[in-house]
Amino acid sequence: MEPLFVYPEYEIVRDRESCITCRVCERQCANEAHRYDEFNRKMLSDSTKCVNCHRCVALCPTHALKIKKSEDTYKLNANWTGDALNEIYRQAGTGGVLLSSMGNPKPYPVYWDRLLVNASQVTNPSIDPLREPMETTVYLGSKHAEIVRDERGRIKDTLAPQLKLKTPILFSAMSYGSISYNAHASLARAAEQLGIYYNTGEGGLHRDFYKYGKNTIVQVASGRFGVHPEYLEAAAAIEIKMGQGAKPGIGGHLPGAKITDAVSTTRMIPKGVDAISPAPHHDIYSIEDLRQLIFSLKEATAYKKPVIVKIAAVHNVAAIASGIARSGADIIAIDGFRGGTGAAPTRIRDNVGIPIELALAAVDTRLREEGIRDNVSILAAGSIRSSSDLVKAIALGADACYIGTAALVALGCHLCRSCHTGKCNWGIATQRPELVKRLNPEMGVERLVNLVTAWTHELQEMMGGMGLNSIEALRGNRLMLRGVGLTEKELEILGVKHAGE
Amino acid sequence: MKVVYVNEEWCLGCHLCEYECAFANSGDTDMVRALKDREIFPRIRVEDGENDVHFAVNCRHCRDALCVKSCIAGALSKTEEGAVVIDREKCVGCFTCVAVCPYGAIMPDAEGKAAQKCALCTDNLMGEPQCVKHCPNRAIVFEDRG
Amino acid sequence: MLEGQFRNPSGCAISGVIDRSGRRMSGECMIRSISTMHDRSNGLGGGFAGYGIYPEYKDYYAFHLFYDGAASKKETEDFIGSHFDVAFQSAISTRKTAGVTDAPVIFRYFVLPDSRKLETRKLDEEEYVVRAVNKINTEIKGAYVFSCGKNMGIFKGVGFPEDIGRFYRLDEYEGYAWTCHGRYPTNTPGWWGGAHPFGLLDYSVVHNGEISSYDANRRWIEMYGYKCNLQTDTEVITYIVDFLLRKKKLTLGEVAKVIAASFWTTIDSKPEEDREQEILLRKMFPSLLINGPFSIIFGYTGGLMALNDRLKLRSMVVAERGERAYIASEECAIRAIEPELDYVRAPRGGEPVIFELNGGVK
Repeated sequence: MEPLFVYPEYEIVRDRESCITCRVCERQCANEAHRYDEFNRKMLSDSTKCVNCHRCVALCPTHALKIKKSEDTYKLNANWTGDALNEIYRQAGTGGVLLSSMGNPKPYPVYWDRLLVNASQVTNPSIDPLREPMETTVYLGSKHAEIVRDERGRIKDTLAPQLKLKTPILFSAMSYGSISYNAHASLARAAEQLGIYYNTGEGGLHRDFYKYGKNTIVQVASGRFGVHPEYLEAAAAIEIKMGQGAKPGIGGHLPGAKITDAVSTTRMIPKGVDAISPAPHHDIYSIEDLRQLIFSLKEATAYKKPVIVKIAAVHNVAAIASGIARSGADIIAIDGFRGGTGAAPTRIRDNVGIPIELALAAVDTRLREEGIRDNVSILAAGSIRSSSDLVKAIALGADACYIGTAALVALGCHLCRSCHTGKCNWGIATQRPELVKRLNPEMGVERLVNLVTAWTHELQEMMGGMGLNSIEALRGNRLMLRGVGLTEKELEILGVKHAGE
Repeated sequence: MKVVYVNEEWCLGCHLCEYECAFANSGDTDMVRALKDREIFPRIRVEDGENDVHFAVNCRHCRDALCVKSCIAGALSKTEEGAVVIDREKCVGCFTCVAVCPYGAIMPDAEGKAAQKCALCTDNLMGEPQCVKHCPNRAIVFEDRG
Repeated sequence: MLEGQFRNPSGCAISGVIDRSGRRMSGECMIRSISTMHDRSNGLGGGFAGYGIYPEYKDYYAFHLFYDGAASKKETEDFIGSHFDVAFQSAISTRKTAGVTDAPVIFRYFVLPDSRKLETRKLDEEEYVVRAVNKINTEIKGAYVFSCGKNMGIFKGVGFPEDIGRFYRLDEYEGYAWTCHGRYPTNTPGWWGGAHPFGLLDYSVVHNGEISSYDANRRWIEMYGYKCNLQTDTEVITYIVDFLLRKKKLTLGEVAKVIAASFWTTIDSKPEEDREQEILLRKMFPSLLINGPFSIIFGYTGGLMALNDRLKLRSMVVAERGERAYIASEECAIRAIEPELDYVRAPRGGEPVIFELNGGVK
């Protein structure tokens, strides 16, 4: 049964005066939204096929194209919005679960935008990062250690294994399969150049990337795709993925079309068949089971690698994190509900989980109240959009932040949220060779390195303004933040004062 | 000498280089005015093969250039740096060079009366090879490979 | 608002002296020293710490207390009586001084922990004392223990430091080491307990600066049972030093490498052994790095340590003359009491300068 026709949400607008019919738009659109009319020597566009990825807009040499929000509208209704109706038309036609990609786009409050950063005036000096050292190096891992001295009185290194980051940023878990070989190559090489880490996600580690092992975090997720001793051995750290901010409570689903030869080999699963990772880890039904997996992985790697446990920010995140901090994990990653994904059921992406700002603050506060904040480092994830989000996250209590969406945007992603179709025109969320090659890793690396370098400079500027010269002194330094337009309750959870106080 | 190379691995077959080349050598300052509703005669051509293989082809500036040797009018010559250039005033349009070029990198110009070829944008006002500058995937590069 | 209800940054003057031969000197020299830096204070706080001042009760913890009235005094004395053996108690004698007004009731007790209670609590003696002091300060309204070390004492109040010194008759006390502090708070708390030095057991800190890492330091140290009630830098610095020195058993030099850590680039250029230890200390105690401007004199039984923040954003000089060593915000404060010096120098940022009794504590 054909679904009812739904007028496209966005329209392709071509300035006929400017179009030179070079056909770049046609050649670059994997959705075939553009075509050339030989007879009339004109370009034609079909907005129903357009996903609004802006590939054609970006490449049009005469800037003759733009995409605009369609003016077609149903009778205005604040309750039954156009989106609500269209989704029903689609479901009535297909009987299927609605799928979406990337982070929650709904207008929930963004607390980063309700927090303001301090600066020094008079009573202490701001510090100029161009003239003075401004340290952004951070070590992740448990800081809990007894002072033990050797026979010469020197302190022995009894610390658990640590990850050294030159700047408090890591690239989030994005699996090979959900993103392309070239996207992975870009992330791996950029992480190496920057002295930070990227994360394999649950898709295993392609043979070609073992050489970036010292900058790689490998993930062990519920599907156990691509997990074997060598994989664990290759990495700098191991992450157990318990949940993902974009889709708390459910597993992953990689369509068979994305399971090419190389993806199949890397994941150790059959080619062309959907890869479905279960909602829970079927060997973890409780916290004590998690402890067993953590120590199994530590045993397997001779206690040389930190183990990260990644959870989605859900309602009782503080209690969960407290349990994890007592279970042998070295690092806890918390992924907020605006975090990205290659594919998630729309209803889950848009309605499940809580904002990272509140989750992070609650976890940091709880772990301190219980005196166990030192047991673990905290990574915040789930829509860190800029260096100021990063600064605020660290001031709230994060040791460092994962960036996923921001990294993809640096690689060219325009957030068209169509990853699940596998036809990414930017060569990122696709396995089709002709599309994958659109992302030249040489350029990808450069753009990622530029982004992280720029953010680091901005971070240093803001730190200097606050009179800080070391990132450690910003972590958990909530007096550096003030809220604007927040309720007493929100301020209480964030642990910050209102502006003016 | 730095010349234009194409990395086939990254060539997307978007053909933008052809339009940038045509515009660069049009003498116009506005791309729309220069190219709209016109057939273009670029000096770089993208060959589209099977299995999504694409390759932009242009002059290799051969060390021992057949075109220079074969030119009956003395229109083709090598510069001091090693670039192969053509003097349109001397060209008699015999197109022997077109026939001998092993790469197909020389072709008749728009009027069909003289040959044209890539001069690395030294014969226009652009200052640097425009195909390189505008390649969206850095498949076309301008480098000295010895 | 009252002290402790808000964060109160201050500019300041500090000065300190120690006679390493153990010869005792009267507090008068410190009064003269700090009064030279009159303009670095604004009359809203001054104080002194003297070491070796109670030789006759040197094995007892000397508690100095402020009371706002008879009720809090009664409640506190009941508490002290049930937890300690009191060897001697009296009001601290003061002198009427212009510029010092609204003084609270000020008392002194020489005490030892009640041995049976100490036994049942399974605490070491010092921890027992710290907890008792904390209890008084947080739970008994209107009572405040501002000094609790052995054979040392802190004297402080609201006013210019030289006036506070005269008020407490410090010319009548003799110690082998003294530190003092003139406060320039940017608020007007008017509470005597908020003046400095800040002390814990025999540790005392005078500090000039405003640390920008305050909340990072505070939130971390509070995990370990400390409560930063006063919200001042000096308080949190004292707790950090106490934690590292007394609980973690670090050396003073190591403490300096934690709170005023060398920059990573400096550490990288050090010989391997030093490099490893300094990296390890930064990895172990990242949240105890104190950032922003500070110059402190840390006093303890038998010595003084001077330390600047790692960028040296506050002035501080050290000098020696024979057995005497001096530390002050400004050189003039040293010259005022000892015009002829063997040398005077400004220590580098993050460089701890430690002066200790030659023969140890007598």
